Amino acid sequence: MKDVINFKEWFLQKHNTFEDSLNGENTYLMHQIRKEALENFNELPLPTLKDEDWRYTNISPLLKYNFNIVTKDAKISNDTIQNYRFNNLKSHLIVFVNGQFSAENSKLLNLPNGVVIGSLSDAIKNNPEIVEKYFNKNTTNNHQIFAALSTAYTKDGAFIYVPEGKIVEDPIHIIFITSAKDEKIITQPRNLFIAGKNSQLTIIEHYISDEENIYFTNAVTEIIVNENAVVDHVKFQEESKNAFHIARIEVNQERNSNFTSHSISLGGALTRNNFNATFNDEGGECTLNGLFLIEGEQLFDVHTLIDHAKPLCNSHEYYIGILDNKARGVFNGKVLVRPDAQKTNAFQKNKNIILSDQALINTKPELEIFADDVKCSHGATIGQMDEEAKFYLRSRGIADKTATAILIRAFSSDVIKSIKIKQIRNYLDELLSKRFSQ
Amino acid sequence: MLEIKNLHVNINGSEILKGINLKVNAGEVHAIMGPNGSGKSTLAQVLAGREDYKVTEGEVLYNGKNLLDLSPEDRAREGIFLAFQYPVEIPGVSNVNLLKTAVNEIRKYNGEEELDAIDFLDLIKEKMKLVELDQSFLKRSVNEGFSGGEKKRNEIFQMAVLNPRLAILDETDSGLDIDAIKVVANGVNKLRSKDNATIVVTHYQRLLNYIIPDFVHVLYNGRIVKSGGKELAMELEEKGYDWIKNGSEEVVSG
Repeated sequence: MKDVINFKEWFLQKHNTFEDSLNGENTYLMHQIRKEALENFNELPLPTLKDEDWRYTNISPLLKYNFNIVTKDAKISNDTIQNYRFNNLKSHLIVFVNGQFSAENSKLLNLPNGVVIGSLSDAIKNNPEIVEKYFNKNTTNNHQIFAALSTAYTKDGAFIYVPEGKIVEDPIHIIFITSAKDEKIITQPRNLFIAGKNSQLTIIEHYISDEENIYFTNAVTEIIVNENAVVDHVKFQEESKNAFHIARIEVNQERNSNFTSHSISLGGALTRNNFNATFNDEGGECTLNGLFLIEGEQLFDVHTLIDHAKPLCNSHEYYIGILDNKARGVFNGKVLVRPDAQKTNAFQKNKNIILSDQALINTKPELEIFADDVKCSHGATIGQMDEEAKFYLRSRGIADKTATAILIRAFSSDVIKSIKIKQIRNYLDELLSKRFSQ
Repeated sequence: MLEIKNLHVNINGSEILKGINLKVNAGEVHAIMGPNGSGKSTLAQVLAGREDYKVTEGEVLYNGKNLLDLSPEDRAREGIFLAFQYPVEIPGVSNVNLLKTAVNEIRKYNGEEELDAIDFLDLIKEKMKLVELDQSFLKRSVNEGFSGGEKKRNEIFQMAVLNPRLAILDETDSGLDIDAIKVVANGVNKLRSKDNATIVVTHYQRLLNYIIPDFVHVLYNGRIVKSGGKELAMELEEKGYDWIKNGSEEVVSG
């Protein structure tokens, strides 16, 4: 039995072979970016439980494997993909299979002039100026080891560019499907979404697997919301229960921009979502909502940071956690209000329900407020199933399990109802009903 | 319809009901009165199937079936309805959804076809008039933000929609002003028929001016110590519960 090579060593060793495999797609710009990222990856230490940001999340299960970076092509039928389209939601569809763009499974509807929706690898060739302007501009990524790894291995991801004033009516549904059977692979989607001034679009980042195998999704998504643009974002994780998922989403908001995101997760073996939003100018609105539903021995960790770097911006955060069996959840919501960020409104709420004796949630707000004319609040609750409510429903003739399903859906309704896409709301309702009335 | 034989009920190690005997036939209204702590609510809750209460002795027959063997939802499906003393608030579950799910589960259990949205709405609009509730409350969450009177009216409204064979009203009048009591009583009276029965648990006599009982039982210290007709309620009102506490323990079967 082969010994497992040290996690960092493995990726450092494999990088040359990886870059060679890119053939003609390796531009000078990208090569420099990857090289610098690899250097950062080399220097940065892997997080341990002694690091504040990782104190509840032990990554040692992830370090047990050497994940294959380049894998053989896999074919996914359109029927399989169709199952994940939220009951026929009309949308532009972009599909990545095991990290590679799949033109056969993708389909775009009519788009306004100048809008580009496709793969990053194509954008590097066809829209190099845009890529150069926006790609990897967020310097935080350089100090985060998993983001550095993903950047060092940038090969593909979703690319969306909406020019000034354009409105994309239908949602852009991006599906990342992992289907590698027993081969333990790593996919590292590097996504870049740019909303031009006054533009509007809806993006769904959907991570799925139709198997229960072990693999590692290490994703980085950069979203630039320019002045007065409106971006509605949904991240949906429906992966293998044995998958590892580490993701970083960096949002930059310009003047008067409006960004809403819903992060829905059914978890994997270990999931860590880092979600950062920065207000670069006044008048911004940011909503970060989430719903996670975990069971078994799943671990789900979300760390958010909303940086009120400028005055007169509003942020709202509402995360709901449902935990069963021995699942463990972590919610860490940081709000930074810088000294000049007067007239900031920042509201944060985390509500959790524990359905078993051994489930555990660690919830921590971190409010760092340096301005004095602001309104900020945070609140967290952890509770159990309301037995009074359950008895009330049963006394009206409703079956025990149905009553549980009704109460769980009621518990989640605050976040579900704020999702703008009706088909996703319905899909979630059905999912919760089925999960709890069985 | 209902036969309670020598029922002993325990909660957290204390015995609350110490041998209840009661017979309720279709078409009858029975009032259960008694001072605080006598076990009135316990009796109501045990009949509905609340699991914290342990039955240590005795049996309860409902239409010949062993009631204590049935789950709370099955008791409801067999036609038992409890109007709660303190109806719980359930944010996120609308009044209309609760009722539609309940109505259809009960219909399914009894081999009837489920109602679609339109038929169901017609059914409840009719019943809402009975308790003077208006349409806006349908979409609101169950009991959320309701005043005491509204919560009690909601209980009677649900009763009207579910049309039970045995209704148990647990202190439906407590905390209500006279107008609210009249609305509640009116609703209950309109639903009375020769095929159903009602057990009215109450501390105060006033409700019984509007819901006229056929039988009145006085519960004291976990036992029914006195039974009689509606005049018994008036006597209690005049003499107070001390009269019972000091008097004899004779039990007259109803």
